[in-house]
Amino acid sequence: MKLAYWMYAGPAHIGTLRIASSFKNVHAIMHAPLGDDYFNVMRSMLERERNYTPVTASVVDRNVLARGSQEKVVDNIVRKDREEHPDLIVLTPTCTSSILQEDLKNFCDRAQIDSKGDVMLADVNHYRYNELQAADRSLHQIVQFYLEKARKKGELPEGKTEKPSVNIIGMTTLGFHNNHDCTELKRLMADLGIEVNTVIPEDASVNDLKLMPRAWFNLVPYREIGVMTADYLEREFAMPCVDITPMGIVDTARCIRKIQAVINAQGATVDYEPFIDEQTRFVSQAAWFSRSIDCQNLTGKKAVVFGDNTHAAALTKILSREMGIHVLLAGTYCKYDAEWFTNEVSDYCDRVLISEDNAEIADAIAQLEPAAIFGTQMERHIGKRLNIPCGVIAAPIHIQNFPLGYKPFMGYEGSNQLVDLIYNSFTLGMEDHLLEIFGGHDTKEGITKTMSAESNLGWSRDGLAELNKIPGFVRGKVKRNTEKFARDRNIAEITAEVLYAAKEAVGV
Amino acid sequence: MTLADTQPSALNFECETGNYHTFCPISCVAWLYQKIEDSFFLVIGTKTCGYFLQNAMGVMIFAEPRYAMAELEEGDISAQLNDYGELKRLCEQIKRDRNPSVIVWIGTCTTEIIKMDLEGLAPNLEAELGIPIVVARANGLDYAFTQGEDTVLAAMAQRCPTKTPVAEAEKEERNSISKLLNFGRKKEDVLAEQSEYKDHPPLVLFGSLPDPVVTQLTLELKKLGIKVSGWLPSKRYTELPVIEEGYYVSGMNPFLSRTATTLMRRRKTKLIGAPFPIGPDGTRAWLEKICSVFNIEPTGVAEREAKIWESLEDYLQIIRGKSVFFMGDNLLEISLARFLIRCGMTCPEIGIPYMDKRYQGAELAFLEKTCEEMGVPLPTIVEKPDNYNQLQRIHEIKPDLVITGMAHANPLEARGITTKWSVEFTFAQMHGFGNARDILELVTRPLRRNDALKGLGWEKLVREEANH
Ligand code: SF4
Repeated sequence: MKLAYWMYAGPAHIGTLRIASSFKNVHAIMHAPLGDDYFNVMRSMLERERNYTPVTASVVDRNVLARGSQEKVVDNIVRKDREEHPDLIVLTPTCTSSILQEDLKNFCDRAQIDSKGDVMLADVNHYRYNELQAADRSLHQIVQFYLEKARKKGELPEGKTEKPSVNIIGMTTLGFHNNHDCTELKRLMADLGIEVNTVIPEDASVNDLKLMPRAWFNLVPYREIGVMTADYLEREFAMPCVDITPMGIVDTARCIRKIQAVINAQGATVDYEPFIDEQTRFVSQAAWFSRSIDCQNLTGKKAVVFGDNTHAAALTKILSREMGIHVLLAGTYCKYDAEWFTNEVSDYCDRVLISEDNAEIADAIAQLEPAAIFGTQMERHIGKRLNIPCGVIAAPIHIQNFPLGYKPFMGYEGSNQLVDLIYNSFTLGMEDHLLEIFGGHDTKEGITKTMSAESNLGWSRDGLAELNKIPGFVRGKVKRNTEKFARDRNIAEITAEVLYAAKEAVGV
Repeated sequence: MTLADTQPSALNFECETGNYHTFCPISCVAWLYQKIEDSFFLVIGTKTCGYFLQNAMGVMIFAEPRYAMAELEEGDISAQLNDYGELKRLCEQIKRDRNPSVIVWIGTCTTEIIKMDLEGLAPNLEAELGIPIVVARANGLDYAFTQGEDTVLAAMAQRCPTKTPVAEAEKEERNSISKLLNFGRKKEDVLAEQSEYKDHPPLVLFGSLPDPVVTQLTLELKKLGIKVSGWLPSKRYTELPVIEEGYYVSGMNPFLSRTATTLMRRRKTKLIGAPFPIGPDGTRAWLEKICSVFNIEPTGVAEREAKIWESLEDYLQIIRGKSVFFMGDNLLEISLARFLIRCGMTCPEIGIPYMDKRYQGAELAFLEKTCEEMGVPLPTIVEKPDNYNQLQRIHEIKPDLVITGMAHANPLEARGITTKWSVEFTFAQMHGFGNARDILELVTRPLRRNDALKGLGWEKLVREEANH
């Protein structure tokens, strides 16, 4: 048993559902109790998704427990197959229902007999894997399933595309700025004269997965989701993989150079150096900014970075290499992949922290007193308490991480965005400090007086107590309206009763 | 027992036993820990439960955590670890760090499935730690959303003292200053207050309502000379109301049927079965019912109701003649539908996760009467609805407003159907005369918003083929 106040990564089924519902025309059946289907809420609310989330809970309740769930699960799969004709139905349990140790594989086989689409059990251990690991696995499982199916049917395409081409792997629903990153990467590929063969899983059709081997290489921009799929494709189809996250000017260039090497090895003759140079020095603002006079003030400032592997590693390198900021501590909550992270960042920070315990990170921040934090929503709150500004750079996602405007983290435009984020975090911090000194912040309006200055109205103790229970942003209005009400009726003392009478009368 | 004997007959009940969406009952933690200020809630479950509380409820465990997860790991599930020892370790830490007056253990589906004997473990640990431990099994196998509160209150009902403590001083340790203030007040007001009240048996109200609403309803009864002896839950666990045999009790919300049963069977109280004080019509019916039980004249109540209706006219104009469809989420559906029908709306379907026809008997009868008086057809009440089927019906009958859980709101809006989140009613202040306006403010907001956008011609925001 573990006392937990906060989780950085969700449970495994969330990862599986993110993959399944990213694909087009794939439905997931979740074999779980009533309250476990909040994935639908997250997708619909956080991402403001317009379509119904293609996830149905096959509800486990007392009756189902008593009678066994096979019939219900099979019925629900077959029913969904009939209702919506998905290409694939993925069945997943949750931590809870996986304890029942039912033969879910067998349920799927049974359901397959009566279904037109494919039926698959997501093969994940719900107690050993978290959301990110499960997502990586589920994506791999689906890709492998369709490639093997195509191979059996002799439907695998021969050869490569004519022009150099790429599969971009790991773009998912509910990913941190994934949709914007995806657009930016497509633009970058277009600039490099590389065709996008597939993007998976977001908006992809499972029927197109068999086309994946036609690409010249795979691009895996995120460390968390896609690596297993790329490894599989490398093993089975000898497809090279580029896994350098194109975040920041330096690593974007590194990523492009690796792409160049990979496609030139297959017969292309491209030279991306002029493109990199042009982008770095004249098109992108980030490199120039680092050199500009503004940025001088950031030199030697101290920062703490914490997040998932991809974003925390990239930010650490950008801060340290590209902006001259001193990273006191770089940390990740991806404990299962700690070695990778340590290798990536140890040259760029004083200390590495691998932890899933938010209190440990909070303590480290409090002790180090950095000028700014780059972290998750959790660190933002820690920062709020300690009065340290924080730029949010990684999941767990929040509705604020789905901005309507274009805000990629990757590629050259992403570098601009990141510089803005970094710069604003520090300067807002400074401004805040100045405002504090000059008392520029709104002072909290406390209602402590029992007697309003402009009138001879009095608030009784219980009236005042009630008034103070009213949320701050409307309290002033309620107070004014109530006093007006009391004056109109010649009431000298405002009690709780008067307050509510006023509320009824004027609807304050 | 004064439960309504008149079982409504004409209402059409269905049970789809479908796949429907609602929140997990453990979400009650989110409001109960705020309501009971000296409590600590420990949810004993898996990562799935924890992530739910963190994300879907948007209640993040930040500045002052008074609830936490006891996250079960592989060793706990396979019973390699000793439950008692593990819980003891966690509760000791909570006691050390937070020193609450009570620790509430919230059981989950997982503790049910692995048959962890929480009720058996609690008394020993309670004795060892010296902190009361209340056990509520708010799991998603047996309950839906708001019923979580029901399990907690039912458990607390058994902990209410039976006799007014003689030595008040014992409790004084905590927060002695505010106590002193209260004490002082009591003394001077006691005599004056007593004359304001009529003679009637003690009345305890149950249901977790926001503090301002508690005050409002208490005052409302005071106007009629009725004294509320206590509320369950109270603001502090140490101030749970005294409940003696023969006391009268009344529930504030439709989802509290287990608490009602516990109070009747275990504490031998008498339940006043009334419509719930939601909307001016419900509030009046509730007050009148209490009055009739206590043989008190409900003076001025009808006039109050009429006045409130008058003040609501601007809102009523917006919804009169429109239709509302409840997909079903928080068990407040019947009361809200009854109020909205009284406001002049029609209602083809009320989805509801769970229907206790006895506990909601008076409310159901009132719904039927309201439909009759308003001359509108009776709604179909669908227990455990199937959301997919409901969506088909919604797209067919195109109601003017759909009150729905969060999962379906955006997709429906994108298809030109106006929605309101049911969750908002769970957290709104809507009981009593004074808050009727707040309900209508919520109900009419989407209608007013969409009215404002009407001229733009942006009704449907999905391509036709994407339509369900
Ligand atoms: S439904 Fe059960 S397993 Fe799911 S969150 Fe609720 S208590 Fe936990």
